[in-house]
Amino acid sequence: MDILRLIIAGSVDNGKSTLMGRLLYDSKSVMQDQLEAMEKHSRSQAAGCPDLALLTDGLRAEREQGITIDVAYKYFSTTRRKFILADAPGHVQYTRNMVTGCSNSDLAVIMVDARHGLVEQTNRHTLIASMLGVPHLVVAINKMDLVDYAQERFEQITSEFSKLTQGYTFQTLTFIPMCALQGDNVVQPSTHMPWYQGPTLLRFLEQVEVRRHTNLSEARFPVQYVIRQQTSPDYRGYAGKIISGSYRKGDVVRVLPVGMESVISAVEVGGQKVEEACAPRSVVLRLADSVEVKRGDVIVKPDSLPTTTQELEVMLCWLDNKPLLSGNNYLLQLNSSVVQARVGQVAYRVNVTTLRQEPAPEHVAQNDVVKTTLHTDSPLPHDAYTCLRENGGAILIDKTNLATVGACMIQ
Amino acid sequence: MGTHTLDYLEELESEAIHILREVAGQCERPALLFSGGKDSIVLVHLALKAFRPGTFPFPLLHIDTGHNFQETLDFRDQLVERIGERLIVRHVEDTIQAKALTEPSGRFASRNTLQIHTLLDAIQEFSLDACIGGARRDEEKARAKERVFSVRDAAGQWNPNLQRPELWSTYNGRVQKGQHVRVFPISNWTELDVWEYIQREGIEVPALYFAHEREVVEQQGQLMATSGLFPQGAAAAIRRRVRYRTIGDMTCTAAVPSEAATVAAVIQELLATRVSERGATRLDDQLSEAAMEDRKLKGYF
Repeated sequence: MDILRLIIAGSVDNGKSTLMGRLLYDSKSVMQDQLEAMEKHSRSQAAGCPDLALLTDGLRAEREQGITIDVAYKYFSTTRRKFILADAPGHVQYTRNMVTGCSNSDLAVIMVDARHGLVEQTNRHTLIASMLGVPHLVVAINKMDLVDYAQERFEQITSEFSKLTQGYTFQTLTFIPMCALQGDNVVQPSTHMPWYQGPTLLRFLEQVEVRRHTNLSEARFPVQYVIRQQTSPDYRGYAGKIISGSYRKGDVVRVLPVGMESVISAVEVGGQKVEEACAPRSVVLRLADSVEVKRGDVIVKPDSLPTTTQELEVMLCWLDNKPLLSGNNYLLQLNSSVVQARVGQVAYRVNVTTLRQEPAPEHVAQNDVVKTTLHTDSPLPHDAYTCLRENGGAILIDKTNLATVGACMIQ
Repeated sequence: MGTHTLDYLEELESEAIHILREVAGQCERPALLFSGGKDSIVLVHLALKAFRPGTFPFPLLHIDTGHNFQETLDFRDQLVERIGERLIVRHVEDTIQAKALTEPSGRFASRNTLQIHTLLDAIQEFSLDACIGGARRDEEKARAKERVFSVRDAAGQWNPNLQRPELWSTYNGRVQKGQHVRVFPISNWTELDVWEYIQREGIEVPALYFAHEREVVEQQGQLMATSGLFPQGAAAAIRRRVRYRTIGDMTCTAAVPSEAATVAAVIQELLATRVSERGATRLDDQLSEAAMEDRKLKGYF
């Protein structure tokens, strides 16, 4: 049994909350007391049919203050998989929420209303999922009951969507006709659409093959913490998580950004020696030589090195309500490495609705996606986001209030 | 080459260890909030995996309401002795005396919310910039919205406007002077995950979690241990075979009827249950729809 992390993109209008509620309800992940609480607070109580959208209801603070806390998480599981479902709220701050939710997702479900087909929002969702490197995309064509379960309509939307995604590189692209309200093709196969032979959404989520961290050629180990113990001889171990590849005793490694080489003398998990460990395991690496290794260093193998430069081309999504100013200095954090970074000239802004490039705005505002350059004060080992997501996504931090203000996909 | 992928418990474990090490790497004066419940016991187990053979880069901090089960306190002391780490205990009773706080009275009176004062005082006393807690997002809807690194303002409050977007597994734990972060390494675990991990790792938990015979009174459909801590009313004490799904204060944590005497039996029971963990046992959440949200805003765990 493994874990699939997914995000469902859409708004209340196209049935996102209903679909999420349906997945939780039909997979029996909603408990009796939660249902009762939901029914008690339901404003529109249709007899015998709980309003599934209420399962993903927000906080009182959000309703009262009109704010949105970016992403909420729901959990459900079947005998095959555990699912972590990110719920990014629809209307307000959409780009910011979607970027955050997609950053950790293996799969995105994009909701399309069968009556309306592709709308502006569909472009936006697809672009962001692609930009954040979400490998698998499912297009849920919902409300099929309102188009008489017509196969022609389904195929029309499928073909339009396939045109839209021509430039994108999703590993899989899957279309599922459904009616979330009644549960058709969510957990149970639909009896209304015999022409659809494919899996239900849950079946697909259970079966889709998620190949994360199997990139064994690029070994990356960012050091988080140095464990020292005064014993004889003194113990020194480098604690961190393998974000890509694998490490074993005897491997020749290089410590970046400085570049000295050594050999792994032991790989340990919880104080026990192991022969080999792979991503995404948290381990301790010990080196044969007494080299100076500190938090923020990256232990790699010399046969596949990351790029180590002070100039980074990035796609930047601005998350803060204060605008980004070119020339400003921020902290840039990539895994455990933190460096100072100056934002250079903005080359262009991506219109996330039309997908076109626009001239650089004077001030980059919240939810803007721009192409720019970052100049760092020291060399930063990194990979291109599209090649190795785990070592190509970084955050910008405001130096004065220490808030996370930007998401960078390094190119 | 070992190309196998991790199973879900290994992945959750690895994620939690990574988060604990980020606290150690980023924060100057962290502490691990330890209640003696299963979630904080799992946190201690994860910290052993994260930092051994070294010592923990933080002490354990227990906010003792004075209404704990004796079994919990005994278990706490034995655990601390076994692992040889530092434990700090701060008592709600002392805060009540020192600050002349008014204890809630009447039915369902509990020191639950008074813990907030003691906790925030301890944070100030030790200048803590990070508190690691065992809260999980599946417990409650206000917790479902919680970040892994969650900023608290200078008054210790959870201000939803201060919450930072959390991307990839890159955590920003920096805070301004006076603020602190609450860090939740097992955010993504469910109650069942916790028990399956306890089983796989052979982690010891207090006997209260397993079926035993106990004298209880029925209050509003919940089975409360008799303790002399709250007015029992007219209800007669009865002996029932019960276990605890959560261990909090005796005044606000109810037992559930159960025959599950082993970890395996608890897991079977959880697979069959149709009632959520806090719904079954926590009177403190049932005061209003936003009871947890209200406490969180004030600085609760």
